[in-house]
Amino acid sequence: MALTQADVLAGIKEIVEEIAGIPAASIELDKNFTEDLEVDSLSMVEVVVECENRFGVKIPDEKVTELATVGDAVNFIVEAAK
Amino acid sequence: MSQRRVVVTGLGATTPLGGDVESTWRAMLAGQSGVRLLTEDWRELLPVHFAARVATEPADQMERVEMRKLDRSEQFALIASREAWKDAGAPDEIDKERLGVVIASGIGGVITLLDQFDVLKEKGARSVSPYTVPMLMPNGPAAHVGLELQARAGVHTPVSACASGAEAIGYALEMIRNNRADIVVSGGVEAAIHQLPMAGFAAMKALSTRNDDPARASRPYDADRDGFVLGEGGGVLILEEYEHAKARGAKIYCEISGQGLSSDGYHIAAPDPDGSGVQRAIKFALANAGLSAKDIFHLNAHATSTPAGDVAEANALRKALGAEADHVAVSATKSMTGHLLGGAGAIESVFIVKALQDRLAPPTINIENLDPAVTVDVVRDKPRPLPAGDIAALNDSFGFGGHNVVLVFNSIS
Repeated sequence: MALTQADVLAGIKEIVEEIAGIPAASIELDKNFTEDLEVDSLSMVEVVVECENRFGVKIPDEKVTELATVGDAVNFIVEAAK
Repeated sequence: MSQRRVVVTGLGATTPLGGDVESTWRAMLAGQSGVRLLTEDWRELLPVHFAARVATEPADQMERVEMRKLDRSEQFALIASREAWKDAGAPDEIDKERLGVVIASGIGGVITLLDQFDVLKEKGARSVSPYTVPMLMPNGPAAHVGLELQARAGVHTPVSACASGAEAIGYALEMIRNNRADIVVSGGVEAAIHQLPMAGFAAMKALSTRNDDPARASRPYDADRDGFVLGEGGGVLILEEYEHAKARGAKIYCEISGQGLSSDGYHIAAPDPDGSGVQRAIKFALANAGLSAKDIFHLNAHATSTPAGDVAEANALRKALGAEADHVAVSATKSMTGHLLGGAGAIESVFIVKALQDRLAPPTINIENLDPAVTVDVVRDKPRPLPAGDIAALNDSFGFGGHNVVLVFNSIS
């Protein structure tokens, strides 16, 4: 079954809250991981691995740098899971 | 220019007796044991089923998200340092280039190292935490405290096994004397209650195996002692240049007036039965402090409860202090806390500072039959009053490898 944008956003909110302690309510599609949410680079590595495990997708390292916002990550994961 | 004097202006600790200095000290004066049966299943794989875990879990003292990026030893360091910094009046206005941190650990983040190796084997390299290295590095505890306080005079981690905590405090003393810093956050931590280090110590026959009576297993100087009990936790002292402390109106507990260092050159783990290295460290420490044996009224001994170590140390103390040893109240607090390895010299320094403040030498528990080979005056069962007036006290710590460290603290009027 394909993942919806809403499924992935809800999952990312949980993951980012768990790893970086950022309240899920403040995590929105237009938020930048580093500038707005202040997720540090090491925590970002954990977020990526956790997203891979949760959504059953591969997020190549060279792709990670392009995923600046929560929306970028949601779109990538939805596409990759198709 | 006369030598810069150094005083203690803050204390912090998390130990098997309490989650802070006051609760630890109260439990200690009451002669309580912090040693308990382990609850983990793996204890059955080992010949030793008990240890001295901290009385208050870090989860009750820190936020979850902060904890998950920190090794347990780093958690202890931050908990004890925050208490000590607050106790010192939180002197945040200090020029950060005059603020240092020296916090040791004997083994470093060994639990992280072993847990992440399990992750690697079970789930593969991609699942290994990106925090693995900053969590396992032995300088991690000092580094995290330095970051939190923005210390910029230097952050250091001397490693000398079970003498590490004391060596860290001595290093901090020198940083201030040498005018590199005005305040140094100093101490030691350890978090090594895990089946591998315990199996390793057990293989050396270093641990007590009194599984039927854990609270009575750590019994320094008792004729039937059969090894040490592994403990965890840490202690932190805020050392400060005397004039700096006075100028800001800080509470001054006592002075730290000297340290003595030596090495045995004898064996990688066994104490030198002759104790000449320990004697030299005591003599150097007294000379460094400008004091003599007649000034010493209390000593917190290394005394880990091993058959060989306790007597070798007691003999060395007797030889180094001579007849003056008769007025030295010797306390072996590992009887209550277990042995915190790299944290030992630090928490025991905290206990000396409290002993000088309250004029009470803490008890040594679990001595049913004093080993007749012990020729020093051991404080047994109950605290013993220390004399009023100007007195000094010693803390001695020894580490595998033959490291000997002696620190001198004295009351300040």
